[in-house]
Amino acid sequence: MLEIKNLHVSLEEEDKQILKGVDLTVEAGKVHAIMGPNGSGKSTLSYVLSGKGGYDVTEGEALLAGENLLDMDPEDRAAAGVFLAFQYPVEIPGVGNMTFLRTAVNAQRKARGEEEMSAAEFLKVVREKAKTLKIDAEMLKRPVNVGFSGGEKKRNEILQMAMLEPKMCILDETDSGLDVDAMKLVADGVNALRSPDRGFLVITHYQRLLDHIQPDVVHIMAGGRIIKTGGPELALEVEKNGYADLMAEGV
Amino acid sequence: MAAPAVKQDPLEARLSTLSAPKGAAWAEEARAEARSRLAASGLPGRRDEYWKFTDPTSLNQPDAPRAAVFATDEAMPFSDVDRLKIVFVDGVFDAEASDDLSMAGVEIERLSDALNRDIHWARDLFGVLEERGQTPVVRPHAALNTAFASDGIVIHATGRAPKPISLIYLHKSEASDAMLHHLVKVEPGAEVTVLENGPAAARFSKVTEVEVADTGRFHHVRAQGRDHERRASTHMFARLGANATYKSFTLTVNGVLTRNEQVVELVGDDSTVHIAGAAVGDAAYGAFHHDDTVFVTHDAVNCESRQVFKKVMRNGAEGVFQGKILVKPDAQKTDGYQISQSLLLDDDSVFQAKPELEIYADDVQCSHGSTTGAIDEDALFYLRSRGVPEDIATDLMVLAFLAEAIEEIEDEGLRADILARLQGWLDRRRG
Ligand SMILES: Nc1ncnc2c1ncn2[C@@H]1O[C@H](COP(=O)(O)OP(=O)(O)O)[C@@H](O)[C@H]1O
Ligand SMILES: [Mg+2]
Repeated sequence: MLEIKNLHVSLEEEDKQILKGVDLTVEAGKVHAIMGPNGSGKSTLSYVLSGKGGYDVTEGEALLAGENLLDMDPEDRAAAGVFLAFQYPVEIPGVGNMTFLRTAVNAQRKARGEEEMSAAEFLKVVREKAKTLKIDAEMLKRPVNVGFSGGEKKRNEILQMAMLEPKMCILDETDSGLDVDAMKLVADGVNALRSPDRGFLVITHYQRLLDHIQPDVVHIMAGGRIIKTGGPELALEVEKNGYADLMAEGV
Repeated sequence: MAAPAVKQDPLEARLSTLSAPKGAAWAEEARAEARSRLAASGLPGRRDEYWKFTDPTSLNQPDAPRAAVFATDEAMPFSDVDRLKIVFVDGVFDAEASDDLSMAGVEIERLSDALNRDIHWARDLFGVLEERGQTPVVRPHAALNTAFASDGIVIHATGRAPKPISLIYLHKSEASDAMLHHLVKVEPGAEVTVLENGPAAARFSKVTEVEVADTGRFHHVRAQGRDHERRASTHMFARLGANATYKSFTLTVNGVLTRNEQVVELVGDDSTVHIAGAAVGDAAYGAFHHDDTVFVTHDAVNCESRQVFKKVMRNGAEGVFQGKILVKPDAQKTDGYQISQSLLLDDDSVFQAKPELEIYADDVQCSHGSTTGAIDEDALFYLRSRGVPEDIATDLMVLAFLAEAIEEIEDEGLRADILARLQGWLDRRRG
């Protein structure tokens, strides 16, 4: 589904290299986790994959179902199936959550040459999905993420993911700032979307999210590189011993 | 005292092309007084502080610069609103295209008819508020209008008008130089809504004088546009009694030059004035210069005033805001609010603002703010990352930015109409 090959990324503004040769392949139907200390480049990887400006790809490539992602505009990547659940969802005063979601759903459908969703159908679907994520009607009416608690923002990200039905879901620290109940809701939301033709890349700092979303593969990222790849047991190892040993090993 | 010689010549040139309309003795006197005011002030020049940000040359010059008539099959604003239509073509009342002027709760006349009558209440309003509005800052184009405008509409609201009075200004001649002067008198307990739309003329001068008596309510919603090349200088002068309301909103789309002045005086206690404007300008279609100049004077106790102005500009469009709240010594418990903001979609566009507070009372609450900003890149990326194309995402944020001003329109139907018009314009622009 997603192939990242030898990806090198620097900041556009300063001459600072952040990703120093990332290799990673996520197969359809699989959940890959990336763990790693703060500042190792996890968010940068997620931003570069979804098309945020301000980064220079100096080497390497990223393909989604064989298509070169890095040349596409963010909206085209989204239509092609990339979804990023942001570590810090952005507040957009004045833009209604529902208007935003419907515009997004229909823009993607249009880009793919599919029929747009009618207002009534959209409303029905969004209400259903919101209910399972315990997002109330009031929250849907409010401006995008404005006045949402940390947990509400993260649930809103999962709602968007559920509505957009992407091929490749990238979750950046979706567990941070969540209490146990909220984490369960989010994990259930993600698990409900697991399917044989969808890939997941779950970025997390802690092992606890992976208790709820069982990964197939775990990668450890440090200093802009994947330094170790293993099975779910790798996450437990990190939980017990921290990153220090792994980083020493990786160097 | 005559104006300095340097200003006199453009005025003479301008006056040479105009002739004073005839009317009843009192009307001719009012016009003569306006001509004296104009002679004293002269026409504005670039060096006048009040015209620092807007070049008055094309408003001063004897002949109107030509303006191509903008052809469009877009629905006109307020098309779906149940209203009494009054049509002007290039500044001339068109009886045939207009509805019958009779409606419950209001008396409507043509200005020239009112000004021909020896006895008419208009005597106490025509040129009166305009003159009051000349201090402390002169507004020569308004005096010029009083002196020479021969057409317009006179509205006397004695009860609650069942539907809005809709003034429609059609532009058909490339060289038209139009002047309209309207009078609105709202009696105690009466309520009227005046709508205005249309480009009006190649060059349009308009003065509206509005007297709102105690407990009267005046609403005004205007959609200015859509011709790219038109020029307009408009003034609204208002005076409010006690417990009265004046609410005015203007949407401006395009126009090479627009200067909208509003001068409102609160002379009765517990009154409310809200003045708002949303302007979207794209200089890719030709120059765009939009100037909102507002002067609110609090001269009574416990009044509220709000000024909310938002401008979105791209491709070198220019926006200006000059807004003042003057609180006189006895105007205690004044609640004054003023905000002017611009969203510049590129580095070529500019916004210049001069917000002013002048307060002589001690128990007041006044705030003002002015900001210039670019589009929030993080928000833009967030929207795009969900599949919303950049231009649509930008428009969503443009609408969000303008929302605070548009929300000032009290009537839901009119608000929806203005929003639909704006949305339509944004959609068309994207093609
Ligand atoms: N826009 C930016 N400006 C400056 N430094 C940045 C920027 N983006 C990322 N970095 C730096 O790149 C490194 C990786 O950051 P990030 O990708 O956020 O790491 P992680 O998500 O793993 O904590 C950090 O040292 C961070 O300070
Ligand atoms: Mg991060």
